[in-house]
Amino acid sequence: MDEMESGVVKKFMFVNRKAPYGTIYALEVLEMVLISAAFDQDVHLAFVDDGVFQLKKGQDTKALGQKNFSPTYRALDGYDIEKLYVEAESMAERGLTEADLLVPVEVLSRADMGALMNEMDVVLTA
Amino acid sequence: MKIGILVNEGPYNHQASDTALNFCKAALAKGHTIWRVFFYYDGVLNAAPRAEPPTDDRNLFKQWGELAEKHGVDLVVCVAAGLRRGIREGDTAPGFRISGLGQLIEAGIQCDRLVTFGD
Repeated sequence: MDEMESGVVKKFMFVNRKAPYGTIYALEVLEMVLISAAFDQDVHLAFVDDGVFQLKKGQDTKALGQKNFSPTYRALDGYDIEKLYVEAESMAERGLTEADLLVPVEVLSRADMGALMNEMDVVLTA
Repeated sequence: MKIGILVNEGPYNHQASDTALNFCKAALAKGHTIWRVFFYYDGVLNAAPRAEPPTDDRNLFKQWGELAEKHGVDLVVCVAAGLRRGIREGDTAPGFRISGLGQLIEAGIQCDRLVTFGD
């Protein structure tokens, strides 16, 4: 495909703001992220607001009758997607710490997250 | 400017489709290029093939189709999101085509701006 051979590398950021279940956004963002890996772009994932719950350890969706897709976050490094950022204030507001998360992340303050977003070429939010 | 558009919400239920349409029309009128419109999440329902909105209301399906017909705008519906919601190849409103998420990433790479419409 031409776009894969174009050699253009842009900074993409996928911003996750929603809880993992209740709406389909988190799951379909993950599908976008996995496809983006095929394009050799500089991919960043941000988790803010209720989006921080997407990375919580010990998700059990049996009672919901929905697929637990949280193990996919652990597989992202296999796609060379390793830049995961979590907003400190969003975690604190929800009583979470880094120890509650199922993958290694970089924790950023709200201000630093804003500054990082500002450096991106393409920001996709859900 | 070369602009890519991402529509994340279904028609009527949400303002996103109307606003994206108005944005496209305004950008084209100013001489910009709408390089591609990509429909994702419930946005794929903008391509519903047998929708019949009340005749005293705007027809968003028709307006998208006219944008494709008159201005050659590439309207792409995500295949995976479409299959989840009953929109598939050969069964869309006129003017739309079905393809993969790679088309969205490509728009991000190729366009000067990628503008999202949705919450």
